[in-house]
Amino acid sequence: MNARPFLGWFVSPAGLVAVGLLAAMLAVFQYSVRAYIPGTLEVGGYTWANFEAMLRPLYALAFWNTVLICFETAVFTLLLAYPLAYALTRTSNSALRSFILIVSVTPLFLGEVVRTYSWMIVLGNNGFLNTLLLKLGVLDRPVQMMFTGGGVVAALVHVTMPIMVIMLAAALSHIDRNYEKAAESLGAGPIRIFMTITLPLSMPGIVAGFSTAFAWTFSAFATPQLIGGGRVSTVSTLIYQLGFSSFNFPFAASLSIIGLALSLAVIALLKKAASPLERMAGTK
Amino acid sequence: MKRSPGALLLRWSGRVLVAAILLFVLLPGVVVAISAFNDRAILQFPPQSWSLRWFWRAFSYADFAKGFWNGLTVTVWASSIAVVVGSAFAFAIHRYKFALRDFLEGILLSPLIIPHYTIGLGVLILASQTGIGRGFPLVIFAHVVMVLPFVMRSTYISLENLDTRLELAASSLGATPLRILFTVTIPLLIPGLLSGWLFAAILSFNEFTATLFVSSQATQTLPVAMYNYVREFADPTLAALSVIYIVVTATLLTIANSFLGLGKILNVDAH
Repeated sequence: MNARPFLGWFVSPAGLVAVGLLAAMLAVFQYSVRAYIPGTLEVGGYTWANFEAMLRPLYALAFWNTVLICFETAVFTLLLAYPLAYALTRTSNSALRSFILIVSVTPLFLGEVVRTYSWMIVLGNNGFLNTLLLKLGVLDRPVQMMFTGGGVVAALVHVTMPIMVIMLAAALSHIDRNYEKAAESLGAGPIRIFMTITLPLSMPGIVAGFSTAFAWTFSAFATPQLIGGGRVSTVSTLIYQLGFSSFNFPFAASLSIIGLALSLAVIALLKKAASPLERMAGTK
Repeated sequence: MKRSPGALLLRWSGRVLVAAILLFVLLPGVVVAISAFNDRAILQFPPQSWSLRWFWRAFSYADFAKGFWNGLTVTVWASSIAVVVGSAFAFAIHRYKFALRDFLEGILLSPLIIPHYTIGLGVLILASQTGIGRGFPLVIFAHVVMVLPFVMRSTYISLENLDTRLELAASSLGATPLRILFTVTIPLLIPGLLSGWLFAAILSFNEFTATLFVSSQATQTLPVAMYNYVREFADPTLAALSVIYIVVTATLLTIANSFLGLGKILNVDAH
């Protein structure tokens, strides 16, 4: 009897999809080293000019901006998502559990456009926050929140929260509660239990959540484009501009290659930086 | 159990913190819901006069209706293909060793970290090089690629929980592998496959960045139509549409939660 029944049937469709994806990625690589012929969609011969052009301050600044925005977003997302994930896994009231779960997960399914649009109303000059702060007398004239880096980060934190909550909650729910009980019976206070047991044991979730948040933010386009309004340039907004306003697909391709490389490098770096922490916590 | 004042303070400050974070998550939804009933054609908070006309416009605006049906077509095809392809592959990964196994798995999971604009741009360039054109198959392919990792994960979790003794029992009673697959394995995997399909469908319906690259005027999905609308108009039509979106999604999730157990699907249930 065949020890691996249906192997070919099960693997070949996935193989086809993988070939398609690889071909698409190769197409990006190939375009990134082709010359741009203005006014047409045709590309010229092979050249490194696209990558050389990226050394110009404008592009270097966009890369730096993107990394900074992604990093800030991931940090704030982690700080806000952790208490939610903790409450989600530790509350014994099942109605409250469902409420927290649905509130924190629903935004994931609304897509970037709906959520970004909502933030435009919150942050606008005649928007919710400005009106509220004016009415309360905190401000005497509206503060510019749209088209700023801070506004972009606030909206991105909201966009990234659900996936972080899910990953942290998955890690927290798999922690053996007996460790905490043991520490408690030995007289450790709640803060000490959290710092020496719960937090270290949830490290794998923190690392996974942080890198995913970073990668998602790197990928985000609607938020920096709409909230940044062209005044906050990131890799994604540049790629779209180059591709669809000037039809410079070779340059857009080379930017996305560098974007991909940068995002992979940061994630690899995060994993490396986190591994001593994980070893210390004994989870690796 | 008696608690010290310090522990009590900690407990309550924890609760206040969680409530504040929940408020942050809910705030944009509430603000957008109130704005949707604003009578005036500019975004202003709070509204001075009220009306339902933006809801009417959201329903009658042709691009939204077209985007909705386009999106539905793409979503149904993409998530169905992804469930068949992804779960079969997850099964093979889980049970068998074969050539290029880890390589293939790595490639198919990579859309989790490859920026979506890179995927969109790649598929677009590929289409122009091969002369496929920007029709529905192209958009559907891009979506299959992006939702496949989620389907694989969901099937993988179900396979971990599957009791293989049932398959052995069927086998020892003389059932052929094909029969075991269709009468034992697949029926046991149904909840996992369904939740994988649902997850894929919701993600595909809302996917924006890559779709912007690969869709054309004829194949644009709802999020793309919405994005184009914000860039052209400043009225609250999109707020009305967002409200419909939020209500439908929250309802679907509440239903999914009570029937399937969202915590189980997302693997966040305490053990």
